[in-house]
Amino acid sequence: MFDKLFEEYKHLPKKLLDEVREESELNRLKSDEVKKVLKRIEKEYNSAQITSGEAIGIITAESFGEPGTQMILRSFHFAGVSELTLTSGLARLIELFDARKIPSTPTSTIYLTSDYNKDPNKAKQVAVSIKQTTMDEITEEFVCNLTQQRVEVILDKKKMRDLKITENYLEKTLSEKLKKVKVKQSGDKIIIKPDGKEIALSDVYQVKEKIKELSIKGIKGVNQVLPIKQANGEFVIFCDGEDLGSISEIKGVDIKRSICNNPFVIAELFGIEAARNLIMDESTNVIKSQGLDIDVRHIMFLSDVMTNTGKIRGITRSGITSEKDSVLARASFETPIKHIINASLIGEQDNLTSVIENVILNQAVPLGTGLPNLVAKMKDGAFKSKKK
Amino acid sequence: MSNVILNEKYMGVVDDTDKFINDIIERRRTGKIPNNLNICYNKEFDEIHIDTTKGRARRLLIVVKDGKSLLTDEYVEKILKNELTWDQLVKQGIIEYLDAMEEENTYIALSEDDLTDEHTHLELSPITMLGITTSLIPYSNFGSSSRLIRGSKIQKQSLGLYASNFLIRMDTDVSILNYPQKPIVKSFMHDVIKQDKHPAGQNVVIALMSFSGYNMQDSIIINKGSIQRGFARSTYFRPYQAEELRYSGGLIDEIGIPDKEVKGYKSEKDYRLLEKDGIVYTGAKIDGDSVIVGKTSPPRFLGELEEFSITASTRRESSVTIKHGEKGIVDMTLVTENDEGNKLVQVRVRNQRIPEIGDKFASRHGQKGVIGMIIPHEDMPFTETGITPDIMFSPHSIPSRMTISHLLEILAGKVGALDGRYVDGTTFDSESEESLRNNLFKLGFREDGTETMYNGITGERYDAKIFVGNMYYLKLKHMVANKIHSRASGRVQLLTRQPIEGRGKGGGLRVGEMEKDCFVAHGASLLLKERFDSDKTILPVCEVSGLMAIHDIRKDIYISPVVGENSDVSNIELSYAFKLLLDELKSMCIYPKLVLKSKY
Repeated sequence: MFDKLFEEYKHLPKKLLDEVREESELNRLKSDEVKKVLKRIEKEYNSAQITSGEAIGIITAESFGEPGTQMILRSFHFAGVSELTLTSGLARLIELFDARKIPSTPTSTIYLTSDYNKDPNKAKQVAVSIKQTTMDEITEEFVCNLTQQRVEVILDKKKMRDLKITENYLEKTLSEKLKKVKVKQSGDKIIIKPDGKEIALSDVYQVKEKIKELSIKGIKGVNQVLPIKQANGEFVIFCDGEDLGSISEIKGVDIKRSICNNPFVIAELFGIEAARNLIMDESTNVIKSQGLDIDVRHIMFLSDVMTNTGKIRGITRSGITSEKDSVLARASFETPIKHIINASLIGEQDNLTSVIENVILNQAVPLGTGLPNLVAKMKDGAFKSKKK
Repeated sequence: MSNVILNEKYMGVVDDTDKFINDIIERRRTGKIPNNLNICYNKEFDEIHIDTTKGRARRLLIVVKDGKSLLTDEYVEKILKNELTWDQLVKQGIIEYLDAMEEENTYIALSEDDLTDEHTHLELSPITMLGITTSLIPYSNFGSSSRLIRGSKIQKQSLGLYASNFLIRMDTDVSILNYPQKPIVKSFMHDVIKQDKHPAGQNVVIALMSFSGYNMQDSIIINKGSIQRGFARSTYFRPYQAEELRYSGGLIDEIGIPDKEVKGYKSEKDYRLLEKDGIVYTGAKIDGDSVIVGKTSPPRFLGELEEFSITASTRRESSVTIKHGEKGIVDMTLVTENDEGNKLVQVRVRNQRIPEIGDKFASRHGQKGVIGMIIPHEDMPFTETGITPDIMFSPHSIPSRMTISHLLEILAGKVGALDGRYVDGTTFDSESEESLRNNLFKLGFREDGTETMYNGITGERYDAKIFVGNMYYLKLKHMVANKIHSRASGRVQLLTRQPIEGRGKGGGLRVGEMEKDCFVAHGASLLLKERFDSDKTILPVCEVSGLMAIHDIRKDIYISPVVGENSDVSNIELSYAFKLLLDELKSMCIYPKLVLKSKY
C-alpha cells in the first residue's frame, strides 16, 4: 500500500518496517500518518545507535562482570531433585564463553513432526527409540559357562517386550557389534562363544564384561528421556546427550526445530549462525534463571565476537585473545613471556591501535576523548615548513 | 572382647565391654576415680578409649537414670538454700563433665519433659549451647542465627573498660570508653562475668525513623547534644618506644637531645618538647613531626668515617616521632631496660576521640552502622514528653535481617528506664513481651512502645507513630581517625617511580585495573592518561635504532647506543613503567625497537 513510502526508509531494518506496515494496515492509517510514524522511528533508531568511539567491548565486559560477581554468591542448585540435572549459573556461563568442546551436562530438546507430536503414546515411542538401551538392562543373568567356554545370556522377556526388542534383532545387532565371536540363539538364551581354537578363560570373562555395557538400541549418551507436554499441546522430548546427527535419523523427529546445548554440534549441523543463536539463548537463560538482567545487545555482541570468523572461539587465551593484533595486548592477558618471545622471533610490530597497549605506554587511549584530533585550517604562510 | 586404649596407648583387652565401661563410669560418679577421666566405646573398631589428658574441652550435663533426672527437686531446694555447692553435686555424680569423645556414646535430652528411658543425660539448660559473648545478647532467641553470630563478633570489638589497670599498661592500639554504663537489659551472663566491673557500652534513647536522609542503608544519626554530654567519648592510647641498640665495635645508640652536628638534624623546633634526658615531658601536646624521644645512632659504615669525614664523630639522627598524621598528649613515660640490658624508653600518647561522622557503632544484635550525620539537639525530633533520641536508626534495617531481638531490647530498655529496674533478657528465659507491654501501659505509655513525635525544625507532628525506646549501644574500635587517608603528591617507589603503597607512609590511592576500565568505558581517555601520569618521563629515543639514547647533560648531546653521537634523537613522553619493560626485554636479548611517528 505504502510501497513508495517504505522505499524511502529501506535503510531501516526489514523487521521494523514490516511491523510498521502491518500495524498501519491494521489501524487503517493514512499516508501522511505512516510518514510521521516512520520519521519518528528513524529518529529513535538513529539515537539508539552506538556512536563511534564508544567503548562497547569494555561496557559489555562490565555488564557481564558486575552481575557475574553476584552470581557466585547467589548460585543456588537443585541438589539432585529433578531427573535431569543441568549445569546452571556461573559454571554454565563460563563453560559457554570459554567455548568448551563438550558441555559438562549435554542435553537436547527434541521436537517431533506433526504426525507424532500430539499423541502421548507416539511421543513415548520416539522417546524409547532415542533412549540408549544396554544389554545389562534387558538381561536377567550373564553366565560364564567355563566348561563350554562361552557366555550364556539369560534374557528378561518382559523388559524386551516393553522396549520392543526381538530375539532376532538382538542376535543380529550383537553379531554386528561384537567381533571375533559367534552369536547363537537358543530358547530364551543367547549364547556367545569367542572365536579361535585356544580360548583362555580370561577371554570368556572379557566378552562377558564387554556385552554388559553394549548398547543395542538408541543413541549413545542418551540415558534419560522425558517427554513433556508443552503449553500448546505439543509433545517435546527432553533428554541428555547431544548427538543430534544420529537423533535426526529416527522417524518422527523434527530435526529442523530440535536443539542441543552444545554450540559446536549445532554449528556443524546447522551452521555458525545457529550456533550464535544458541550461545545467545543459553546465556540468556542462565542470566534470567539467576534473576539478573543483562541487555540482549551485550549478549548479541559477545556471541558475535565468538562466532564472526565462522568458527566458535572462546574468550580464552587460546580463543579470541590469541588473535589480537597487538603483542602487548596479548601479553597483558595471560602467559606474557610466551607472547613476547614468539613476537620477537618473527619481529612483530605493534601499531598501538587498541586500548591496553596505550595504557601501558601511558598514551591517550583511542576512544572517546582520546579519539578526535584537532584539525585546523591554516592560512597560507601561517605555518612555515622546515623543509622550505 | 574389646581393646582398651588409655591416652592413645594400647593397654590390653577386656572380656565384658559393657560391664567394664559401666564400672568405670560408676566409680567416677562415686568419686573413686578422678572425674577428669572420660571413657568412650568405639563400636566400629571395637575399642575402648580412656582419656585423662589435659586440654580437652568438656561440658557439664545432668546424669539421667531410668529416664529420671538425678537432680531432683530436693537437691534444687537445697541449692537454693545454699546448703549444697556445685562441687558437691559433681562429687555425688549428679552432674558430670563429658568430653567430645564420651558424648558420642550418650543420648542427651534438651529439657526434662523430653526424657525417656533411653536418655543418659539431661542438658542443664538450653543456653549451655551458647558461648559467653552469644549469651550476652538479650532476647537472642527472638533473632535470626546469622545475626546472632555477627552480634557476638561485634561485641568483641566494642570499646569499654578492657582492664582496670589500663593506666599502667603499655598496650598497642587500645581505647577506653570514658563513661561506660551497665546495660539496662541484661542476661544472666552479665552477672556471671561481672560485666558491671568492665562495661562496654552505653544506654541510649533510640528512635526507629528516617530523618533528613542521612541514616540510609546502615548509617545512623547522632544527637550532637548527646555527644557534648559525653556520649561515646573514648580515649585512644598508642605507645612508642626507643631502644639503645648496641652495634659491633662497641658502638651504641644514645638517647638524648641530638647535637646540631648530627647528620639529619631536624630543627630546634622539633626538639623543643624534650627534657634534658631526651624524653618528652608528660602532658606535652604533640602533633606533626615533633620528636618524642631524641636518639642518635653511630655512623653506618666505619670506613666512610675515616676516609672522607674531617670530624671524628658524625652520628646519625634516629629520633622517634609520632606516627604520620596523628596527634595527642603524652600520657606516660617509662624508662627501663630490655632483655639484653639495653636502655629502653617507652612513651604512651593519649588522644581523646569524640564521635565524628564515620565512626562505627552497633547494637548487640549484629546491627552495625556508621555515623552519617550529627544533628544539633534543637533540630532533633522530640516526643510529647520532650524526649529527644540520642540515635536515629533506619527502620529498613529490620525486616530483611529479622532481628526481632533488637526491637524487644528497645521495648525492654524503655520499661527498665521508666520503671527504674534492670530487665532480664536471658535467652529462652526472658521477661515476656506481654509483661513488658503491660508494664509500659501502666507507666502511662502506649503499650507497643510507639510515641507521637514532632519535627524538631518545623515543629510539625509526624503522622506516623515512632518506635522509641532505650537500648545498649556499643562504640566499635573502628574509628575514621585511624583510617582516613588522602594524598595529592608524595613519595614514590625507587624502581617504578610510582607512588608508594600504604596509609602509614602517606601512599597513593590506587586506580586499579577495574577503575581503569571505568574510565575507558566512559570514553574519558585524556582523564585516564592524566591519572596515570604519576610515573611519566621524558625519554630520548634514537630514531634510527629505535633504542633509548643517552643524554650527556654536560655537553648537551644525545648519544645513540647504536649510531653514536650524530643521530636524530627525539624526546618522547611515556610511562616509566614502560621504559622498565623495554629494559627487561633488552635483558632477555630481545631488541625492542621503537618506531617514531609524529602524532599530529
